[in-house]
Amino acid sequence: MTALVVARGLERIYEVRRGLFKEPGRLRAVGGISFALAAGETLAVVGESGCGKSTLARLITLVEKPTGGTLALDGVDAVNPPAGARRRLRRTVQLVSQDPYGSLNPRKKIGAIVEDPLAINTKLPKPARAGQAIEMLAKVGLGREHYGRYPHMFSGGQRQRIAIARALILRPQLVVADEPVSALDVSVQAQVLNLFMDLQQELGLAYLFISHDLAVVRHIAHDVLVMYLGLAMEQGPKEKIFGRPLHPYTQALLASTPGLGRRSSHGMPKGELPSPLDPPKGCVFSTRCPHVAERCREERPPARLIDGREVACHFAERFLAS
Amino acid sequence: MALLEIENLIVAFPSRTATGRAVDGVSITVAEGESLGVVGESGSGKSLTMLAVMGLVPYPGQLTVDRLRFKDRDLTRLSGRERRRLAGKSMAMIFQDPMTSLNPCFTVGFQLVETLRVHEKMDRKAARRRAIALLEQVGIPAAESRMGAFPHQLSGGMNQRVMIAMAIACQPDLLIADEPTTALDVTVQAQILQLLRTLQRDRGMALILVSHNMDVVAETARRVAVMYAGQIVEERDTAGLFGTPQHPYTAALLAARPEHRESARLATIPGAPPGLNDRPPGCLFGPRCSYATLRSCAAQPEIRPWMDGRIRCHYPLGDPDRNARIAADGLLGAKGVP
Repeated sequence: MTALVVARGLERIYEVRRGLFKEPGRLRAVGGISFALAAGETLAVVGESGCGKSTLARLITLVEKPTGGTLALDGVDAVNPPAGARRRLRRTVQLVSQDPYGSLNPRKKIGAIVEDPLAINTKLPKPARAGQAIEMLAKVGLGREHYGRYPHMFSGGQRQRIAIARALILRPQLVVADEPVSALDVSVQAQVLNLFMDLQQELGLAYLFISHDLAVVRHIAHDVLVMYLGLAMEQGPKEKIFGRPLHPYTQALLASTPGLGRRSSHGMPKGELPSPLDPPKGCVFSTRCPHVAERCREERPPARLIDGREVACHFAERFLAS
Repeated sequence: MALLEIENLIVAFPSRTATGRAVDGVSITVAEGESLGVVGESGSGKSLTMLAVMGLVPYPGQLTVDRLRFKDRDLTRLSGRERRRLAGKSMAMIFQDPMTSLNPCFTVGFQLVETLRVHEKMDRKAARRRAIALLEQVGIPAAESRMGAFPHQLSGGMNQRVMIAMAIACQPDLLIADEPTTALDVTVQAQILQLLRTLQRDRGMALILVSHNMDVVAETARRVAVMYAGQIVEERDTAGLFGTPQHPYTAALLAARPEHRESARLATIPGAPPGLNDRPPGCLFGPRCSYATLRSCAAQPEIRPWMDGRIRCHYPLGDPDRNARIAADGLLGAKGVP
């Protein structure tokens, strides 16, 4: 079976102006990410702010073009799509964004918001569109009476349901969810996470689920990709990564997450994220790593396959043994 | 002796049609050197309660309280001037978003020195020395050079450290931290919580930690109060509350955390919290509670002592004959709120 999404060495570099006469800086927001994602599966991307996870979402949703690497959606080249395929490609992938307040137009009714993708992408007449919208609203747990209401009349959780309905109305195969529950309260977050999982089962959707919350990720993901300064630190099946993290950064993230029960003060990273404009020369995590050695500062570790997952650390074997 | 006593605090927001109580009869006591956690979902009134203690209730909020005492002084009788002398000195508060609570037009050093000059009457030199020492204490590297930095030149974690340095500058007896780590990344969050714990322990300072994250509170506070729709529904020892929650709302909140469940469906609470002006009659959690009865939907339960703390529920989960009483009162179950 071929995967629905195949990314190879995906890269996005921004040029940042630093002054009138200075060379523009090169900011590597995403620096060579590879993964494959099959239908019905969830790949969770975790990392702190500034690690490039949202830029990755923009690349996968075809909002932005990568500056390097390849991306195939459903077997079709998505970076330079064959003539006429671009429109169809865009329909296969949809985005659910973080902020349920900012992502819905306050001057449009819910019905119009959910129908818009149909109006743009299909030639369906209005009554058929309305029918589909009501059907989709029912799927996300909203009733016919909500069709004519405005976004301000809904709570955060309900708005996120509306955003999900809008994303699903074109029957995409891949949904990219960028921090979809981090703005929600715990009890509502649980409702929306359950909805995500139900819809995946029912429609066979693939999710690229971006989150900084490891607890949420452990709940919903099949595979996990841990990013730091635009690079993959560790990626592989969830059980492997949460069971025995082999990269010091993954270990640090787990140790820092309250409630995951492996809290310890050693192994906690020192300091904060270095500037992505001026990343460390060797391993990007070397400035904060509690296990740093001379070699880490000089030589960037390549990703290696160890114990069923890929790790970019010179000393991963050491953690496997201990 | 109690450091802070609040009895029956009500903060109401009048509108043309109704007067909604955002904080509805909250009583809290904090002893010296104690750490109390306050958890609740957004809109539960937890931040507003703390703002009321600081004397910062936003207009047009109306505050009524039976008793509001800090260090044996009646806060309701203080003049504005006396109140300001207290706030920032003996009681200090850290806010959620460090980027918006620091003044962007002044360097962090200036803002820190200002606090010391106003409250401690220090001269310029002494205040500057002390400010640098404070920045070092909260773990800011190269503290001396950071004195001249503006907030936008520092990261969120660094700004939050500056806020903490400012809050502890005058050695307060009570530090209120309102969601101090919500805007920060997890690794930085862990560092900040560690810092707050150390400060609280080493200085014998009382700490009130307000958060929506149950796990953040669990590892920082000794005692926890759970708020819902402006009321405290359960207040107990941390271990007891997390081990054997007694209020159905606490139990449901704990079960909804994805931290403690793998791959199976998450437990959810039907509906959403009631809005300010559409509180149900009877128990405020009643419409979402799976144990709601005719009685709890009609009569609001009073808060009363229970186990090692207090609870606001007709049928606490640890009550041996609750099932019989629920059956006798006529079980309705959760109807949810649209």
